[in-house]
Amino acid sequence: MAYENEKLPEEKVFKDPVHRYIHVRDRVIWDVINTREFQRLRRIRQLGTTYLVFHGAEHSRFQHSLGVYEIVRRIIDDGFSGRAEWNEEQRLVTLCAALLHDLGHGPFSHAFEKVFNLDHEHFTQEILLGQTEVHEVLSRVSPDFPQRVADVINKTYPDKLVVSLISSQIDADRMDYLQRDAYYTGVSYGHFDMERILRVMRPTEEQVVIKESGMHAVEDYIMSRYQMYWQVYFHPVSRSAEVILMKILHRARYLHETGYAFTQEPTHFISFFEKEFKLKQYIALDESVLLTYFQLWMEEEDPILSDLCDRFVNRRLFQYAEFDPASQYMKIGELMKLFQEAGLDPEYYLVTDSSSDLPYDFYRPGEENERVPIYLQMKNGDLRELSRMSDVVDAISGKRRTDHKIYYPEDILMDGSNLLHEKILEVLRG
Amino acid sequence: MLQEHAKIVQFVSLANEVNGRKKMQKMIYILKKMDFPFAEKYELHMYGPYSEELTLRVEELCEMGFLAERFEDKGSYKQYCYQVTDEGSKFLGTAEEPRMQLPDCIERLNGKSSRFLELVSTLLFFDQLDKDEQIAKVRIVKNKLNFTDQEMDQAFAFIEELQACSAS
Repeated sequence: MAYENEKLPEEKVFKDPVHRYIHVRDRVIWDVINTREFQRLRRIRQLGTTYLVFHGAEHSRFQHSLGVYEIVRRIIDDGFSGRAEWNEEQRLVTLCAALLHDLGHGPFSHAFEKVFNLDHEHFTQEILLGQTEVHEVLSRVSPDFPQRVADVINKTYPDKLVVSLISSQIDADRMDYLQRDAYYTGVSYGHFDMERILRVMRPTEEQVVIKESGMHAVEDYIMSRYQMYWQVYFHPVSRSAEVILMKILHRARYLHETGYAFTQEPTHFISFFEKEFKLKQYIALDESVLLTYFQLWMEEEDPILSDLCDRFVNRRLFQYAEFDPASQYMKIGELMKLFQEAGLDPEYYLVTDSSSDLPYDFYRPGEENERVPIYLQMKNGDLRELSRMSDVVDAISGKRRTDHKIYYPEDILMDGSNLLHEKILEVLRG
Repeated sequence: MLQEHAKIVQFVSLANEVNGRKKMQKMIYILKKMDFPFAEKYELHMYGPYSEELTLRVEELCEMGFLAERFEDKGSYKQYCYQVTDEGSKFLGTAEEPRMQLPDCIERLNGKSSRFLELVSTLLFFDQLDKDEQIAKVRIVKNKLNFTDQEMDQAFAFIEELQACSAS
């Protein structure tokens, strides 16, 4: 039997708190899961620094990836199979893309990427197409199969329906992470009736659409997403931890560039500091490696590096204040000057950070919007854009919410050791 | 701090005016590919490389009063045009000096249509591939735009021109 059609002698199941069971029958899927690059995802948290706020949020990208695979498997096997609009030949490539869509994420993804100007999607492509175990397994299906999986994830695959299952405004990725993140953080937002959505999903040539009767389930999903962003993903304390993490990496890079003699040589980071890293070095990094360095760097002589690491490891995070850049950007200049005078390097101890989310958007003919909307399929087969039918969705469509904060070490400013500290606090709170 | 905002204001200031959100998206992407230090992350979307971060930054800059957004109804299509305000010009004082080649590259980009820039930026999105593969990819993901062979040639020539300009 061809490898692509090979089934395991017995179905394998993973116990999963969100989907109860994750079912694997395909040999290819099983072999991909057992590659070192996929197993690496066990060591990368799904929500980065959020565990410092919601202590349950220790779940990994490994779990999420399996969850996305399971949702797509159910959509295909239970919903699409046998329908004229669905091409069964796309099944395996779709399942592999679902399983591997986050393969290139690095430790504390967002923060790490920002500091070193990286893109996890680029690494996903490199792992799929480079000399890796994942590539070796996928190549056994056919020589062009790794490229096909990469194209789905990169959204350049010719079959747009397949792409929309993994990446659209209502896709398996979002459906898994909302439920999983809600479960592990313990918040009561993020829950919606996924079973209902799966039952009303219909394949079309261009994308997945939703049967008209499923509109209320989709409304609930969009509102869940909206609430999760502001209650969990953009939580200011979690952002404070992320700000410190980025500043640690900035400081370590600066020290390396200026010839500082580290007590603990940053071996794993040197290729990143020098922008000469290879895929192998990227894959070798995970969150345990970073946290080990942070522990060791707490003992470094450089006071800024050791302080920032101590703050991250022992959760002595920065305080935050609301910040309106439009009216207060001049304040930043004043604060930077005061920080310098007070002996606090504003590069590391005064940070602005913004969060923004657009919960749902639709394409307006003639305008330059880039998001493919969610369509409802009416009884006569016509497609209607969701916000035209739903008042709830219409109320938040195209409405971006943005939040700016300024972060600073309140504990230092409150210690009474410097008269300038009081002045700084006045400006910050003013 | 706010350096990334300042770079966008500086870009619009050097362009004098940018006509269309799509055009701005593609121009910044192409400049990024020419190693100018813009931080916005891009993904492939409906009209080619697109950055949600850039959309957000531009909205913020308009809210801050540093950029003025003007809506123009062109009949068959509508577009948003951007200029730097007086307040934005003051804010520009916080920006670092740009690389000396930036104004020239911006001028060359601003003289092109958004359709052409969509083609150039999408080709650059696939620049890790061989030329034939790049063209094949663009024909798949942009099949509705029916780019001609002549447009492809012009796009590759323009990329070479920009590379020379940015490295000069």
